[in-house]
Amino acid sequence: MLGRTANGLYWMYRYLERAENTSRLVETGQRLALTRLGSSDDEWRSVLQSAGVWEAYQAHNEHLTKDAAIDWMLRSPNNGSSVKCCLEAARSNARSVRVALTEESWEAVNGAYMELKELLSRKLRERDLPQALTRIRRHTALVRGMTHGTMLRNDIYDFVRLGTFLERADNTARILDVKYYVLLPTAFGVGSSIDNVQWETILSSNSARGGYRMAYGNAVRPREVAHFLILDRRMPRSLAFCVSKIQDNLAYLADDYGGRRPSHDLADDLNRACAVHDIDVIINEGLHEYLQTFLGRLGGLARQIEIDYRFTE
Amino acid sequence: MAKDTPHFDEMLGRDGTPREPYAALGTWIEASDPSDLRAKQREAEELFRLTGITFNVYGREEAEERLIPFDIVPRVISGNEWRKLTRGIEQRVRAINMFLHDIYHRQEIIKAGRVPQEMIARNEAFLPQMCGVHVPGGVYTHIVGIDLVRTGEDDFYVLEDNARTPSGVSYMLENRETMLHMFPELFSANRVRGVQNYPADLCASLAACTPPATSQDRPTTAVLTPGIYNSAYFEHAFLADQMGVELVEGHDLRIVDGRVAMRTTLGYQPIDVLYRRVDDDFLDPLNFNPDSQLGVPGIFDVYRAGGITIANAPGTGIADDKAIYSYMPDIVEFYTGERPLLENVPTWRCSDPEALSYVLDNLAELVVKEVHGSGGYGMLIGPTASKKEIAAFRDKLKAKPGAYIAQPTLSLSTVPIFTKAGLAPRHVDLRPFVLVSPEGIRITPGGLTRVALKKGSLVVNSSQGGGTKDTWVLED
Repeated sequence: MLGRTANGLYWMYRYLERAENTSRLVETGQRLALTRLGSSDDEWRSVLQSAGVWEAYQAHNEHLTKDAAIDWMLRSPNNGSSVKCCLEAARSNARSVRVALTEESWEAVNGAYMELKELLSRKLRERDLPQALTRIRRHTALVRGMTHGTMLRNDIYDFVRLGTFLERADNTARILDVKYYVLLPTAFGVGSSIDNVQWETILSSNSARGGYRMAYGNAVRPREVAHFLILDRRMPRSLAFCVSKIQDNLAYLADDYGGRRPSHDLADDLNRACAVHDIDVIINEGLHEYLQTFLGRLGGLARQIEIDYRFTE
Repeated sequence: MAKDTPHFDEMLGRDGTPREPYAALGTWIEASDPSDLRAKQREAEELFRLTGITFNVYGREEAEERLIPFDIVPRVISGNEWRKLTRGIEQRVRAINMFLHDIYHRQEIIKAGRVPQEMIARNEAFLPQMCGVHVPGGVYTHIVGIDLVRTGEDDFYVLEDNARTPSGVSYMLENRETMLHMFPELFSANRVRGVQNYPADLCASLAACTPPATSQDRPTTAVLTPGIYNSAYFEHAFLADQMGVELVEGHDLRIVDGRVAMRTTLGYQPIDVLYRRVDDDFLDPLNFNPDSQLGVPGIFDVYRAGGITIANAPGTGIADDKAIYSYMPDIVEFYTGERPLLENVPTWRCSDPEALSYVLDNLAELVVKEVHGSGGYGMLIGPTASKKEIAAFRDKLKAKPGAYIAQPTLSLSTVPIFTKAGLAPRHVDLRPFVLVSPEGIRITPGGLTRVALKKGSLVVNSSQGGGTKDTWVLED
């Protein structure tokens, strides 16, 4: 496989994952704004921070308003991580690696691009927002499904999965880091309605409300939320889950290509950091520091993969 | 040809009686519900858009992707007509390859006085670097597209030879796929010859021309594209996909140990045969255009040393140049010793003063083309041009006569298209695709039919509002 193809596949799926996560963050922000009494537009700041686009938003906008924040995240051409830009980038990468994709996967991503480009060509009215967000996620899910259902399990698929899970781990870690203080046991009194909203926000930003209830019951406890999203290997967006997938796919590449590369060691290090059994250990040593270290190592791993597999010259 | 002669309609002939090859199709259209067909026409467009069969339009600010309109009424060629055509095409393509070999070696045809020296030496399409180069398998043009037009029952003319990097074959294949998907019953009622073997034939044809440096039984083949912004990118990806080979860009390649190699996830791997869809000029910044970002520095040196096969060979443009075109009947005769089976359109070379004065006197009746132009750009169609356009063209022609040729306005045949008001005749041309290998010449039964969608228009180029049709060759 060409190094450029590996690069294109990896980024195509990173961008798809990012588009989906961004739409989920917008949905969470919107829900919060609607259900929380006396809420201000300030909550959108943490949404923008979770998406990693707060600085860029400030550089382009004077005030923080709900409408501007939503538009920035969904449609802005100045925000490279907006859903619209992500889909354009995903499709452009897909075109450049067209030969490596199955017809079904290509048509799914091309279809997503065409429909959502139309959907996002105008500012969305508030009443159309829920449906629009659903459509975005349905389309990204369709691409993922077609990929899963039709692609050979070979090196092509390994790079697809590496892109997906690196992006997902990055997203989950960032959402947690923006809200890390509400997960600390000392910061808030237990059970106040404000905390509940915050915890629910974290869970729904990760599509994790149902899963959490199933695993831990109805009561939301900060310690368990942290455990669920960091260490629980049943949860497909947890850091531990994502890292184990990255490790698996790197191992398949090692089998396929005959031999380990430096990125394998970095992935092993990262996996060890997720192999802690007790969330209290992490919380006691500092949740914020833990997440920062994790993000730093994740970035290092991503860079090493690009070098090891000759993504660029 | 007088303007009031009724044109030849391939479905209804000259007098309105349905022609035999269209009999079954005609019955089927009669029996179809027009609103049903309209829905199918829309469905076809939806299919094309989803598949991503788009082309980028040059000269626009944004790299806009557009669909080439597809018309659902197929163009039908009888088995007998096809046999005659293929004999003529094969003869012509054989002659083109012999001509290229001669031009880049002993130049016998010039010595014999059949083609003037200056037509070659002063021609921009002539590549002196190719002189004396031994091309693998002796093949210059691995892929050729011969543009044909029809004016009557038995009258076919070659309008153009495309011997550089002819495009459009993906439309031939996708148009057929679309028709099979939408109208399976039509293929039960007509015995239509398949076109689906083209990619496998292409792959085999390329593999038969391995360079001396290769040691493998199965050569490594790749398709070289300028990238996703090229107007024919879809086709490049399509062909690589169908052949199961890598689609590479210039920056994926470099010279390693005297071979052209591609950067893979496992390191650099040599390529034996490169089907390049990049023009000669951009192929190698060290040997040709130094500003090229699309090619591979040094690839031409590897080529000359026998380290890689480039298809088509560099320098084939000298055979499809519009000024050389007028010599094609001589060229065919000179190399094959036979009378040409396919006719050329009569052509005035404006470099010749006598021809020029005739052309200037008759501009309103003629088609004038740039010798080095393509894609329907920069041409004058006398009968449909305004007085102002003709006057402007007259000045250009006088300023640089050698850059132009002129031809009579042919009364091109028509085939019906499906419009809102039912069937309506539109002018068409035909590009069959020809594969050349040391084992022989193979012509896929079918080709690309381009159709001028505007009533009365003679310009079929996709860049100028033309569309395409599925092209059937019947088994009979």
